[in-house]
Amino acid sequence: MKFLDYAPAPESKALLGLKSDYGLFINGAFTAGRGTPFRTINPATEQQIAMIATANETDVDDAVSAARHAYDGVWSRLSGSDRGKYLFRIARLVQERARELAVAETLDNGKPIKETRDVDIPLVAAWFFYYAGWADKLDHAGVGPNPASLGVAAQVIPWNFPLMMLAWKIAPALAAGNTVVLKPAETTSLTALLFAEILQQADLPAGVVNIITGDGSTGATLVNHPGVNKVAFTGSTSVGRAIARSIAGTDKKLSLELGGKGANIVFDDAPIDQAVEGIVRGIFFNQGHVCCAGSRLLVQESIHDDVIDRLKRRMQTLRLGDPLDKNTDIGAINSAEQLARIRELSDLGEQEGAERWSADCEIPPNGFWFSPTIFTNVSTSHRIARDEIFGPVLSVLTFRTPAEAVAKANNTPYGLSAGIWSDKGSRILAVADKLRAGVVWANTFNQFDPSSPFGGYKESGYGREGGRHGLAAYLKPAVRSGSRSIAAANQQTPSVSKKSASAGKKSASAEKAAK
Amino acid sequence: MNRLAIPKTYKLYIGGKFPRSESGRVYEVLSHTGDFLANAAKGSRKDARDAVVAARSALGGWAGATAYNRGQVLYRIAELLEGRRNQFIAEIVNCEGVNAAVASAQVDEAIDRWVWYAGWADKYVQVAGNANPVSGPFFNISVPEPTGVVAIIAPQGTESLLGLVSAIAPALVAGNTVVVVANERAPLSAISLGEVLATSDVPGGVVNIVTGSPAEIAPWLASHADVNALDLVGAGNLDWVELQISAADTLKRVLPPEAGADAATPALNRILAFTELKTVWHTKAIL
Amino acid sequence: MTNSPLATYQPDQRALALIGGEATDANLRRYLHGIPGIDAVGLEARAADLGTRSIKTSSKRWAIDTIIGLIDLTTLEGADTPGKVRSLVAKALVPDPGDPGTPRVAAVCVYGDMVGSAVTALGSAHAAGGTDGVNVAAVATAFPSGRASLAIKLTDVRDAVAAGADEIDMVIDRGAFLAGRFGQVYDEIVAVKEACRRADGSMAHLKVILETGELSTYDNVRRASWLAILAGGDFIKTSTGKVAPAATLPVTLSMLEVVRDWHRLTGVRIGVKPAGGIRTSKDAIKYLVTVAETVGEEWLSPRLFRFGASSLLNDVLLQRQKMTTGHYSGPDYVTID
Repeated sequence: MKFLDYAPAPESKALLGLKSDYGLFINGAFTAGRGTPFRTINPATEQQIAMIATANETDVDDAVSAARHAYDGVWSRLSGSDRGKYLFRIARLVQERARELAVAETLDNGKPIKETRDVDIPLVAAWFFYYAGWADKLDHAGVGPNPASLGVAAQVIPWNFPLMMLAWKIAPALAAGNTVVLKPAETTSLTALLFAEILQQADLPAGVVNIITGDGSTGATLVNHPGVNKVAFTGSTSVGRAIARSIAGTDKKLSLELGGKGANIVFDDAPIDQAVEGIVRGIFFNQGHVCCAGSRLLVQESIHDDVIDRLKRRMQTLRLGDPLDKNTDIGAINSAEQLARIRELSDLGEQEGAERWSADCEIPPNGFWFSPTIFTNVSTSHRIARDEIFGPVLSVLTFRTPAEAVAKANNTPYGLSAGIWSDKGSRILAVADKLRAGVVWANTFNQFDPSSPFGGYKESGYGREGGRHGLAAYLKPAVRSGSRSIAAANQQTPSVSKKSASAGKKSASAEKAAK
Repeated sequence: MNRLAIPKTYKLYIGGKFPRSESGRVYEVLSHTGDFLANAAKGSRKDARDAVVAARSALGGWAGATAYNRGQVLYRIAELLEGRRNQFIAEIVNCEGVNAAVASAQVDEAIDRWVWYAGWADKYVQVAGNANPVSGPFFNISVPEPTGVVAIIAPQGTESLLGLVSAIAPALVAGNTVVVVANERAPLSAISLGEVLATSDVPGGVVNIVTGSPAEIAPWLASHADVNALDLVGAGNLDWVELQISAADTLKRVLPPEAGADAATPALNRILAFTELKTVWHTKAIL
Repeated sequence: MTNSPLATYQPDQRALALIGGEATDANLRRYLHGIPGIDAVGLEARAADLGTRSIKTSSKRWAIDTIIGLIDLTTLEGADTPGKVRSLVAKALVPDPGDPGTPRVAAVCVYGDMVGSAVTALGSAHAAGGTDGVNVAAVATAFPSGRASLAIKLTDVRDAVAAGADEIDMVIDRGAFLAGRFGQVYDEIVAVKEACRRADGSMAHLKVILETGELSTYDNVRRASWLAILAGGDFIKTSTGKVAPAATLPVTLSMLEVVRDWHRLTGVRIGVKPAGGIRTSKDAIKYLVTVAETVGEEWLSPRLFRFGASSLLNDVLLQRQKMTTGHYSGPDYVTID
């Protein structure tokens, strides 16, 4: 036998007790949606997992009303420490049910169990644990004393890290005192609905979190609902742009975490084996379905051939297949639609003259799959060097000097992530300074932590998730002083600093009155 | 016997120079009683475009200057403004029809505002940045950085100088460069401020002042792909929703219009509105 | 990427060609410091990731038997006696008396003065450098500290080889290495290698112990690995077992990466031996995975990979019994040697 053909090591599905149909979670209870239900399938087998309800406009209305009611009646009146206790409870329940959630996520999303088990679900728990502790410390969130919550938050999340994105959204929103209506992505609703069961176990007051399912139109209805005070969206730049347009002129506060085309820069003095690992982690983690993926490899010309040779060898050890197998590195592409896009852009890369190389993987007969692929001889004008592919496809470009690396890295409308690989500390700091990206990983890649703010520059969106900055996205300063009249200015010119200091001390009641 | 006064030609301030509008257009600036005061340049979309180019090319130097240096440069503006108080008071009295005491108070406050914001230059990063205790062997730090080129519609209310300063100063603190459309009715102090900036240590292109019609120019700035942020503080009377929609195409950071005399109240948040938080991770191990 | 001329060179020629001059401190320093560095966090993360591989059923059975066949069953105590060595040899030959199908270990590893006892005890089962039977490895060169004159170290080696040792596990001079006297370390390895030559001109296999626990940093481990290979070592070995930490998965991974790069460069295959601290089959399987995924499955042969261990064998045997009988075994069902 060949040892490297590891025998199957599938994670058991026995601990999963799924229902055949899932309704909407509104006001603390599951309810049938008024829209047409849809199938959620396992992208690795194309088999149906369950039927999911669709929320129509009336359902969205119900959910927003429930959230408003819970905000006015319960959540905004609760002490910060009590809000925190609920979040701690949720964190613990997620830990207790971690394996079940990991299996469900892998089934529904297609990502490998080792990622859901070791990354997604642990981060979900960590996110709730982190923000739980913030709930009674909002004065220190960086928006001044006595900050106010915003009200009802409409949150729309993507399919690439379903439950993790839910945690990134819900945890800070609740800690800050808001209530939530969340819509998971159409293809990955399952764990959000299991999470709703966790909320029931945590005895979270009804309506504080509402989860509605459906397609993009449900999401559009939600973010455009007039009863919403905050919109948080993670997803494509095109949808983010549409949301920014649609809420123009309203006073909804907006956070957008959108696409990216991250540059992973490898200098000739890089710790080379770790850099190769970082390249792999940067683009093949989660099948490349990562907004902050290091999808553009910028490698110094002098080491290009060596790096590519090492990378190809490494890629041959990637194991593509059953996402539930504990040894699987590359799982299924989330949907037929996404697979078609990856194929289209990859084919285009070839047509444009880039050189394509894919790891030799056996593709399972059913489901959606794409072999880890790299393109060399890519130039900056190629579509595969500019468009977000959102799949396991790496475009390799070269540079000669640090200045050229920085210029090429920044030459994109996106600005979410970047990587730097070098053993020279001063260069790392200087390059990190010059990169126009919200997250820069030096000698590492794709690391996430609830205490670490995450978000983009330019067309990768605005607002931060994680850390106290992520909390501030769900808060507003206590209302500032009212009018500043010329008459006041006439009275022996008060210094501006005093004025602004007094502004912060206005009571929260003035704030409420102003609403 | 009265000496015949020499009136000033009020031009645009772009890239550290004082060009006329490329369109050749001017418009009459009137006193509050309707008397002719001056012909101001009526900036065009191409002037706005040139201003954006100037702002973009000045960005690297200004954003790259040390915070201490930016603070001193901004403070220097206050010094020079102090020295030219009388000119500004006269322009404000003429344009806005207030008495000298009121005008004087406005100028004082504008000067103090520069001082207040100048002091933030080397502090806002400390206040808004963060060292993050991630659970792993990593050094992790978050630092705010300037967003880039900020287009501003200056407050169009009564206090033309103070409104302008209140809008541009916070954007400059972090190292952004600015294209500002001045108060349409009372643009004289804006151009005179340009003269102050030109003779202070502010590098050319860091602040670009366009006079003329905000309604005409703002849409070009809102839709300009090389503008990173849009401050609509003085756009209350424009179709600002349309401007926001337009800005959404390139996902600009947008501040909404503010009404009344307290528009652009000095606040750290005005500085932070035009910053981007960058988080840098680095591995940490002695092995 | 294999540079074919290098493959045909003698080690000294090859080293000369690579270093670009004599093996002086300065030349070696330039060469060793030109090798890309290691980021410790990334290396450890990769090792941890490899450690999560789940080896089940048929793969596990294969792994268990492979591990046994890769073990240098070791006793390195001041209290060692011919009787103890006989007992060790018996265990090496028949690890599990209850299951004659159990493979033999690769070698027994003893102090130089015990080589004769080991050879006698093995009798016809002495593989003597071959693959049929069990080899005898001897630690030498003033093991474990290496603090003796070169003459003493070489005598130590020659004695062991003369007594029938098939493999010599030498220690490098860590003091010289840490002080930057790379030329001295190099020369010593070359001299020891020469001392491995038998009267008939054949050579005992040379394993070079880096004592990674004393080198302290991964960059040092990587440089010492290159140095040992340049100087002609057949194997690079992590540790004496007398210094903590001994073998770790990240250290072994970093050495495997050197071996892989050397093979890419020269076409020559060098062996790796983690020693000390590997006590459970679960741990040992992580090493197998790391070897297979770093240098390739080809390395999972006694010619290219060994475990320096004593207590590991019994844990592996317990696992083996569990897989054979279907129920958990206990320590009374494996023999102590």
